[in-house]
Amino acid sequence: MAAPVKSPGHVTAPGQGGVGDSPPRPDGTLKVTGEFAYASDLWMDGMLWGATLRSPHPRARIVSIDIGPALATPGVYAVLTHEDVPGTKVYGLDGTEDQPVLAMGEVRYQGEPIALVAADHPEIARRAMDRIAIEWEVLEPVTDPRAVIADPEGNRVQERGGICRHQPVRVGDVAAARREAEVVVSGEYEVGIQDQAFLGPESGLAVPAEDGGLDLYVSTQWLHNDLKQIAPCLALREDQIRMTLAGVGGAFGGREDLSMQIHAGMLALRTGRPVKMCYNRRESFFGHVHRHPAWMRYEYGATRDGRLLYADVEIVLDGGAYTSSTLNVTANAASLGVGPYEIPNIEIDAYGVYTNNPPCGAMRGFGAVQACFAYESMMDKLAAACGLSPLEVRRRNAVRQGSRLATGQVIDSPAPLAELLDRLEAMPLPPPPGPSRDIRDLPGGASQTTHGEGVVRGVGYGVGLKNICFSEGFDDYSTARVRLEVIGGEPAALVHTAAAEVGQGLVTVQAQIARTELGVQRVTIHPADTRVGDAGSSSASRQTYMTGGAVKAACEAVRAELLARAERRLGVPAADLSVQAGKIVSREAGVVASIEDVLGDEAIEATREYHHRPTQKMDPVTGQGNSHNQLALCVHRAVVDVDVELGLVKVVELAAVQDVGKIMNRQALEGQIHGGTAQGLGLALMEEIQVAGGQIRNPSFTDYLIPTVLDMPPMKLDIVEYPDPHAPYGLRGAGEPPTLSSTPAIVAAIRDATGRPLTRVPVRPEDISLAGGAE
Amino acid sequence: MEFLRPVSWEEALAAKAAHPGAVPVQGGTDVMVEINFDVRRPEALLDLNPVRELAEWDVAEDGRLRVGAGVTYTRLIEELGDRLPGLAQAARTVGSPQIRNRGTIGGNLGAASPAGDGHPPLLAAGAEIEVESAERGVRMIPAAEFFTGVKRNALRGDELIRAFWIAPASGPQYFSKIGTRNAMVIAVCSFAIALHPERRRVGTGLGSAAPTPRRATAAEEFLAAELDWERRRPLDPAVARRFGELVSAAASPIDDVRGTADYRRHALAVMARRTLTWAWNDYAPGRKVS
Repeated sequence: MAAPVKSPGHVTAPGQGGVGDSPPRPDGTLKVTGEFAYASDLWMDGMLWGATLRSPHPRARIVSIDIGPALATPGVYAVLTHEDVPGTKVYGLDGTEDQPVLAMGEVRYQGEPIALVAADHPEIARRAMDRIAIEWEVLEPVTDPRAVIADPEGNRVQERGGICRHQPVRVGDVAAARREAEVVVSGEYEVGIQDQAFLGPESGLAVPAEDGGLDLYVSTQWLHNDLKQIAPCLALREDQIRMTLAGVGGAFGGREDLSMQIHAGMLALRTGRPVKMCYNRRESFFGHVHRHPAWMRYEYGATRDGRLLYADVEIVLDGGAYTSSTLNVTANAASLGVGPYEIPNIEIDAYGVYTNNPPCGAMRGFGAVQACFAYESMMDKLAAACGLSPLEVRRRNAVRQGSRLATGQVIDSPAPLAELLDRLEAMPLPPPPGPSRDIRDLPGGASQTTHGEGVVRGVGYGVGLKNICFSEGFDDYSTARVRLEVIGGEPAALVHTAAAEVGQGLVTVQAQIARTELGVQRVTIHPADTRVGDAGSSSASRQTYMTGGAVKAACEAVRAELLARAERRLGVPAADLSVQAGKIVSREAGVVASIEDVLGDEAIEATREYHHRPTQKMDPVTGQGNSHNQLALCVHRAVVDVDVELGLVKVVELAAVQDVGKIMNRQALEGQIHGGTAQGLGLALMEEIQVAGGQIRNPSFTDYLIPTVLDMPPMKLDIVEYPDPHAPYGLRGAGEPPTLSSTPAIVAAIRDATGRPLTRVPVRPEDISLAGGAE
Repeated sequence: MEFLRPVSWEEALAAKAAHPGAVPVQGGTDVMVEINFDVRRPEALLDLNPVRELAEWDVAEDGRLRVGAGVTYTRLIEELGDRLPGLAQAARTVGSPQIRNRGTIGGNLGAASPAGDGHPPLLAAGAEIEVESAERGVRMIPAAEFFTGVKRNALRGDELIRAFWIAPASGPQYFSKIGTRNAMVIAVCSFAIALHPERRRVGTGLGSAAPTPRRATAAEEFLAAELDWERRRPLDPAVARRFGELVSAAASPIDDVRGTADYRRHALAVMARRTLTWAWNDYAPGRKVS
């Protein structure tokens, strides 16, 4: 069958840059000019539109469903419920199949899918959906995650519980250390529910194939993991479903879980017609998991000169009704619960729990973000208690290469935290505010709430530590296929992986690696699909590391074969040959042939997997184990102007220092640091899904606010390169760390300006301006 | 849903008379969002864009400006910002540049949201809304009587908003709005002030602080008596504070997803005090107090 309109094709990477350069993005101009084909643009003649009926209740029993009137609506081709799921009726991540494809007798969160409609127009589908009559028995939702810990049985929302994971960490003897501590500080912190707020809503197209299978075009982060979950539910073999990545409009973790994939597949199989599903903005807020909200209790003991002796920590993460990523998010919160500081005695109890609140799972920073807000707030408290500067207290406790994390894992690659802090301190502060200022530079911006009255400046710091790649024993790998051939008299490389370009620039760096390793200019990127091996997820800051590693390995294999052929042809040992700028170069004789000469009309193709070194599960009792592959640091300084009377904030400047091991593409890297920082700013100041009684109160971009250009200030960056000997090119994953450290830095700066305790993010105007607001 | 597209004002009035349930649409920045998200399904849409005269403004015989319901925020800022500074400041806080290029004060009035940014300055300036029906002709409604409830206004089923009438500023005007981000934000609460030295009066308007936009009349009366219009003596900080308290007392705010009632009351007092201070400092230059 012909491909749909607006499905992705081969993309020739523009520019000539190799590793370390910043060639233009293949998708850059298209996205800026509005021509890029996103999944929501997919189209096929004769296609039907799918719609999803969702639960209005966070917890209720379905007494009966009547689909008759919906099915009788002219233009409607199918109305499906859980009874129509062809195969397994549940799916989930990491082998935890507890998420119903469609609700079976009970709904456990507001927005849970119940029934599907396919119609020849989206409006008809929506109207038919409204005609599905459901008799409800509404139940009292479980909405207090701390109550679940106190009484898991009494607050059980599904078969698994209760508590999804309790991960303790036990190091040394906290009770003994508590007796020795000269300074003790404690605090309780809370993080609201952040949303990924990607601009491209969940969309895709399922096309029935002649073999009884499906061609599925979807916007996702991990094609193969989707496939693993979809196939059993549709009662198809994996090879009967051909998945192709459609244009992804941002992800940030929100596309790790399935959304419309199985649903569109069911409708397409039932109707025999292509079916498109595309959520609107409101539905999108119910259509994906969010960042876990957190409640955290911390107590630190230290010597009088600010050296940490112990940490006693409890972290509660609310995962909502189904498991999603909660197991791994909880592990991250536990293993990274005290951040990049050396602490000899540690007790951490991290809990992920089930409730009837909105479902939570992966989001950029993945469990480390929540803990970072708490432990950095604690470091500032400790600094104040010891009369030290925020930077000094961090330097005194900073990890370095050779330090042990809370898990006992020894950091075996550079971790130059003290140096990063020194560099941050050396960066000049922005000038103090002048007398007359454009209102857009003041808190409140164009809304003109001040001409300078009540405005106080503050400075704060934040440090974040994030694990890179998958942890805890997962066999993490990626696959790349690279083909080298002569096209139009010019050597050209084709790079084929299943790795999802979600906006981060992966396709650009893949082409850079191919150019560097193969010495060619012309590189084409094959659409990401499941006709090549698994690439793993575009998550955990891992794709440049893992898929970059796989592309490098495949290119090396192709190059070895090319040079072997050159040896046969030229009689020069391959070991003495290299490829540079399209030529075969001998160590002694210089250019001896061109790639075209050696290849002729033959192609060389190689497929390689890249695995990172094995990791271990955390011990279920002590939390000990080498659970992480790589660790990455970012440090931030925030300068803010706060209108202390109105509680409004203008972030004046954000400065960041990050060690990335190796700069693969400076422009894309800076974009990641800017973007991660902005997402952290959003969590600090405005981004929150507000929930009451399990119901989302603000499912729109009118009331779920994300930063604008007037909120995100210019940044100063200092990017450091200490290579990690274990990683391809020595690189260190870079996408997530800035999301961790910018939030606590901004909140610390507001505290510096206002003296308010500010123990909850996002900080609300009333937390600053009303007496007792946040205390 | 029917889509009506009159090309003249007379046709528009006839269409509205024939379809009292028709929802007029100008920029569509509010109406279309609600339709797209299925919040409302009007029986008909009445597209007023082809009625070109609505996009015009002129100076009436009495010196007031008559601004067509279809004049966009962007044009209001660019063409009338010098004469209507309070309204222009409010217009600058509406949405994004794209929204301001399409959205209109007429649409703001039609939606009659308590959070509409245009309303407080219209109240403070004592504007009048010109509405018309085919059967009964023109009716002038003072802004203070125009808003009748949450998203309800004084329009009858067969009436359309043709224009608003507003005097060019005779004294300083300010608009101030709280949002939890620094642009593109719906008001948590807002406040407009206009000094009318020729009448020795002060106009006020509160937004997002009650079921409808409203004036703080007690605060206005208080200031009219306290301010030294003649000698332009510096503002007494105690007067500014009391004014803030009276403005705050005029509000009936609620707790909602955008903010708490307590915060709204507090913020209104601060905005009222600050905007009065700016306005009086403009009126009495060289004798600034902060």
